[in-house]
Amino acid sequence: MDPEFFEMLAMPLFDQLYNLAHWLTGDRTDAEDLVQETYAKALKGFKSFEEGTNMRAWMFKILRNTFMTSRTGLKVQNTVPMEDEFDRVDLATHNITPESLLLQLENSQSVMNALSELPVPYREMILLSDMEELSYKEIAEVLAVPIGTVMSRLSRGRKMLRQALLADSSGRSTHAV
Amino acid sequence: MQCNSVATMLGAYLDGELLPDQTAVIQEHLGGCIQCSSEIAEMARLQRSLRSARGHFAPSAEFRRKVQKQMSSPKRRSWLIWSMPVGVAFATILLTALVWTGHARRSAAFAELADLHVNALSSTNLVDVVSTDRHTVKPWFQGKIPFSFNLPEFSGTDYTLVGGRMVYFHQQPGAQLIVSMHQHKISVLIFQRSVDLGRAFSEPAGVDRGTSFGIEGWQSQQLRFVIVSDADPAGIDNLARLLKLANE
Repeated sequence: MDPEFFEMLAMPLFDQLYNLAHWLTGDRTDAEDLVQETYAKALKGFKSFEEGTNMRAWMFKILRNTFMTSRTGLKVQNTVPMEDEFDRVDLATHNITPESLLLQLENSQSVMNALSELPVPYREMILLSDMEELSYKEIAEVLAVPIGTVMSRLSRGRKMLRQALLADSSGRSTHAV
Repeated sequence: MQCNSVATMLGAYLDGELLPDQTAVIQEHLGGCIQCSSEIAEMARLQRSLRSARGHFAPSAEFRRKVQKQMSSPKRRSWLIWSMPVGVAFATILLTALVWTGHARRSAAFAELADLHVNALSSTNLVDVVSTDRHTVKPWFQGKIPFSFNLPEFSGTDYTLVGGRMVYFHQQPGAQLIVSMHQHKISVLIFQRSVDLGRAFSEPAGVDRGTSFGIEGWQSQQLRFVIVSDADPAGIDNLARLLKLANE
């Protein structure tokens, strides 16, 4: 194991890892603790990293596992029921997208707020897929779940996000009126 | 085709995760279904907005320095390895000086065992047989020492076998194995039971306050083992446990 080699591969991921950690923990101090622990663990376990495989996904996995065993992570596991079965909310509930929702979808501040409110199992899916643009296969690897679960949870997460934005937009329009 | 049956696939379509034939099915459906095409348009807008989550939170420069420092401290240690001759010479002088200033309470046997360790490290050839393979190191001692011993499997542990060399202690031949743990070098000295190891053996584990070398000794059937190292006591202890298991 070569610490210099590790540093060369791992330090360029610093900003991304911190950003992901902050999104998961929602707090600067917790995010810093998480990132620091992730780097310590990764350096220690660098022997098990296979060259040629995805370093980013490997680091994400360590960060996510570390988060799940942290105080906040354990709380998440205990309080959020994991529903991997995609509940079949009828998609045909609205035929025409309200103008206000379209605006909300493009308002990145609203989207960021809604994302931070999403329960962690859905938030992390969206972070890994839409933010980090990992493939389903990579996400399945990072979260240690089957690809089918990635698809259904991601689908549900996005739906929840749109529903939150829709509620937000109708709330606003009522408020404006 | 029912909208509900394609619902879960719309996201995968958006992400380019569908197989070609599935993609064709979705495209055909989207062409004729206003609801689903409006749905996918919403999803695409949302996905575009979500990109700004990237880089949304930036680490402080202070925190970056902290982690960078944490990363590079092992590097400094590896730098020490390169400057080993200087470091070891210094350690030898220090050890000699400490021996010289005379700690009457420390037995000569311990000092000699510690010397064997330091001698090996300061030698231009650390080991006479260089191999990380226990099946190479053990046979090498055949015919050189009047006894045999077992080596544990080190793979998967913190320890790496560096090699072995012959040593003499009170005119008795013995085996010295060099094992590395992280950047620390550990000597495992093996002698026959008849060899008097003095206090080094009577006090099975401990740290010599004078030299800071950790030492642990024990007896296994007809053999006497002593471990000397600057590694932490837990590291020495674990290695002792591995060796004890192998020689039970």
